[in-house]
Amino acid sequence: MFYSRWQIIAIGLACLVGVLLALPNVVGQNALRFLPFERQVHLGLDLKGGSYLLLQVDTEAAERERLENVVDGVRRALRTTNIFYLDLRIDRGAVRVKVRDPARVDDARQALQPMVGPAGAPEYQLSAGEGGELVLTPTEAVARERANDAVTRSIEIVRRRIDETGVNEPEIARQGTDRIAVQLPGVQDPDRLKRLLGTTAKLSFHLLSQETVAPGAPAPPGTEYLQGSSEGGRAGGRYLVQRLVDVDGSHLTDAQAGTNSQTGEWVVNFTFDSVGAREFGAVTQKNVGRPFAIVLDNRVISAPVIREPILGGRGQISGHFSAASANDLAILLRGGALPAPLKIIEERTVGPNLGADAIRTGIYACAIGGTLVVGFMIFFYHLFGVFAAFGLVINLSMLMGALSLLQASLTLPGIVGILLTVGMSVDANVLINERIREEARMGWGPVSAIQTGFSKAMSTIIDANLTTLVKMMILFMLGSGPVRGFAVTISLGILTSMFTAIVLVRLLIALWLRRARPKALLA
Amino acid sequence: MFGPRLVPDDTTIPFMNGRIAGLVVSAVLSISSIILAFYPGLNLGIDFRGGVAIEAHLKDPVDFNKLRPVLQALNLGPVELQEFGSANDVEIRLERQPGGDTAQQEAVSKVRAALERSFPDTALQSVEAVGATVSGELFLNGLEALGVALLAMLAYIWFRFEWQFGVAATATLILDMTKIVGVYGLTQFEFNVTSIVAILTIMGYSINDKVVVYDRVRENLRLYRRMPLRELIDRSINETLCRTIATSGTVFLAILPLAVMSAATLREFATVLLIGIVIGTSSSIFIAAPILLLLGEGRLRRPVPAGAAEQGAGSSAH
Repeated sequence: MFYSRWQIIAIGLACLVGVLLALPNVVGQNALRFLPFERQVHLGLDLKGGSYLLLQVDTEAAERERLENVVDGVRRALRTTNIFYLDLRIDRGAVRVKVRDPARVDDARQALQPMVGPAGAPEYQLSAGEGGELVLTPTEAVARERANDAVTRSIEIVRRRIDETGVNEPEIARQGTDRIAVQLPGVQDPDRLKRLLGTTAKLSFHLLSQETVAPGAPAPPGTEYLQGSSEGGRAGGRYLVQRLVDVDGSHLTDAQAGTNSQTGEWVVNFTFDSVGAREFGAVTQKNVGRPFAIVLDNRVISAPVIREPILGGRGQISGHFSAASANDLAILLRGGALPAPLKIIEERTVGPNLGADAIRTGIYACAIGGTLVVGFMIFFYHLFGVFAAFGLVINLSMLMGALSLLQASLTLPGIVGILLTVGMSVDANVLINERIREEARMGWGPVSAIQTGFSKAMSTIIDANLTTLVKMMILFMLGSGPVRGFAVTISLGILTSMFTAIVLVRLLIALWLRRARPKALLA
Repeated sequence: MFGPRLVPDDTTIPFMNGRIAGLVVSAVLSISSIILAFYPGLNLGIDFRGGVAIEAHLKDPVDFNKLRPVLQALNLGPVELQEFGSANDVEIRLERQPGGDTAQQEAVSKVRAALERSFPDTALQSVEAVGATVSGELFLNGLEALGVALLAMLAYIWFRFEWQFGVAATATLILDMTKIVGVYGLTQFEFNVTSIVAILTIMGYSINDKVVVYDRVRENLRLYRRMPLRELIDRSINETLCRTIATSGTVFLAILPLAVMSAATLREFATVLLIGIVIGTSSSIFIAAPILLLLGEGRLRRPVPAGAAEQGAGSSAH
C-alpha cells in the first residue's frame, strides 16, 4: 500500500483533468471562456430535438435504367447491320434478344461486341442463351462498383441539397451498403426536406413529337407519352415527346429562382456550361416555332414554343411555380440529379420540448439516484463508504468528461446508462470492502487485510467488468443511433469506474492508513 | 469502521436444498412467460411492426370527438388515439400503410397537414414512421444482438472458467430472457428496440452477478478440495450474499428515481430494468447454482496447487 509522490500526483492529475473536462457542462455560458476545455456533451437527436431520416438508394432502378439504354443500343446496332431480331427485352437482370435467322447469329455477335466495353474491364458479358438468343449481362464487379458509386454520389448530392436549406450541422452518413442516414438537428417539420431528398431531379429537354396519333393508340417508335407535372394544383395533361434527349441537366452550371419581368410569374433561370450551351443553341436554332418540353423526372414541367434560337446558354423554366417551389427546383437543379432514386424508409422526429423534459428528468434522476447510492454506501460501510462515494463523484465527472471529449452522443437510453453506471460503479467497491472485511475477520491486521482484500477482489472485478464490456461492444457494433449511445455510455462508465475503484479509492485508503494508523478495522 | 451488516456474519443458508424447487418455479415462470408472449401477446411498437406513431401537443385540451373524424377522413386505415401526459397531449398511431416503405412517409405528411388545418398551433412532439423493410430488419438485428451476446458470454465464461460454468450461465440467461419477455406480455409495455436494449442490459447485469458467485466457487474449489460440491456452492453463495444484496440494492436505488418520475418511454425501460435486477439476482442463486451443481457434480476439476500434486496423488493411494 505504498504510493510514491509521483504516483499520487499522476492519479490526482487524472482526476483533475476528468473534472475539468466535465465542467463545461455545468457552468454558465459566461464562465466557459475561463476553462481550459470548452467541449460539452454532444446530445443525440432524441434529447436535442430534430429529425432523423433513413434513405434507401434504389440502385436497382438505376441499373434498370442503364439496361434500358443498352436495349436502345442493341436496337440501333442490329438495325444498322440489317439483322432482324425478335423479343428484345430486359429479363432476369440482363438484356436478351433473339436473332431471327440462325445463320446471322455470329454477325449479330460481331455487331454487339462494341457494347461489351473495354477488353481489360468489360462492363457486360455477351453470351449465347437457348434458341439463338444473345444475352448481355452486366459483369458483377462493374455492377457492384456502379451501385457503390451511386451511393457515394448520392451522399454528396444529399449533402449539397441539405446545405442549401440552411440546416445547422446536419450529419450525413452511409449506413450498410445502400442506405444513407441523415440527422437534422432542430428540424421539426422535415416534409420539405423529404420532398427535396425524394426527388431525383433529372432534368432533360425533348422536342415534342409532331406526329398525329389516334387517341388510345400506343406511342409511335422513338416517342413516348409523358404526364404533365401537377405543380400548383393544375391537372397535368399528356404530352407526346421524342425519346431522344436533346440536352440534359448535367450541363447546368447554375439555377436561380426569380420572377419573369413581363408576367411577374415565378420562374427558374438556368445557365448551361459551354457544351450544354452549344447543344442547346443548335437544337433551338433548328427548331424555331416548335414546342420544346422541359422534363423533370419523366414529368413535363412545361412545353414552351421556341420563339428564337437561344445561343447564350441561358434559359428560363416557367411552370406555374410559387416562390417556394421555384426556389426548391433551383436548389435541386444546382445540386444536380441523383444517380438513383432515393426512398425514405424511416423517419423519426423529436420536438425540442420532449428532449428538454428528458434531460431535466435525467438530471433529477441522476441526482436522486446518486444520493441514494451514496447514502446506502455510507450507511453500510461508514468510512469505506465515504471513500466509495468520493470515487463515485469523480467517476461521474470523468464519465461526463470522456463523453464531452469524445463528442459521443448522449441519448435517452444513454441517460439510463449513466444511472446504471452509478449503481454498478460501486459494485467494485462493495466487492473490495466485503473482501477487506472478510480478511479482517480472519485476524489479519489493517494493512494486510486491505492489501489482500484488494488483490483478491481484483480478478472478480475484472471478470465481471470485462463480460459487460464485451456485451456493450456487440451492442455498439449491431445497434444504431440511441442504442449506440447507450453502449458508449456504459463502456466508458465501466472504464472510469474501474479506474476510480481500483486506483483512486485504493490510493485514498492508503493515504488514510498512513495518517490514521488504525489498530484494527473491526470494532 | 464498517457499518451494520446486510446479512449477519457466518450466515449458512442451505440454498441447494431448494435447488429442485428453484428450478421448478423458474420453469413454471418461464413457460407462463412464453405463453404470455403469445396470449395476450407482446404490444409490438412501430419499430418492429412498422407504421406511424405521432405524439402531438395541441393548443387546447384534446377533443377526441373532433380529432377522430379529422384523421379518419384521411383514409389511412384504423386510427388509434391515446391520451398521455397532459390533457393537451395525444398519441396518434396508424397501422403500417400498404404500398411499401414510402407510404408511411406520405401518411405522416397527410396527418401533419390535417392537424395543421383543423388544429392550428399543434406542436408535434415526436414523429416515428417505419416501413416494412426497416421494421423487419430491426427485429432481426435485435434477435441477432441477443444471440451474439449469449454466444459471447458463453465463450468468455467457458474460457475463464470451465464449460459447466458457461453452460449453466447461458442456460440461466435464456431463462432470464424469457421471463423479461413475459414481463412485457403481462404489463403490455411497448416492445421495441429499447426493449431489446433493456433485455441486453439485464443480461449484462445478470451475468455480472453470476461471475461473482462463480468466481467464489472457483476459489473455494481450490481451497476445499474434498468438500462436496453441494456444500461448496452453498458456502460460496453465502460468502457472496452480502455483496450480491448490496450491489443489486445500489443498482436498484440508482434506477428507481427514473422509474418513478420520468415520461412514458423511459419509465417503461426503467421499470423493466428494476424487475430484471430482481430476476437476474435471484437466478444466480436459484437457477445458475443448481444447474452448475447438476452439471459439475463429480466432474469439476479440482486444480491441485503446484507442489502439492505429488502429495495429493500419494494420499489418494491409501
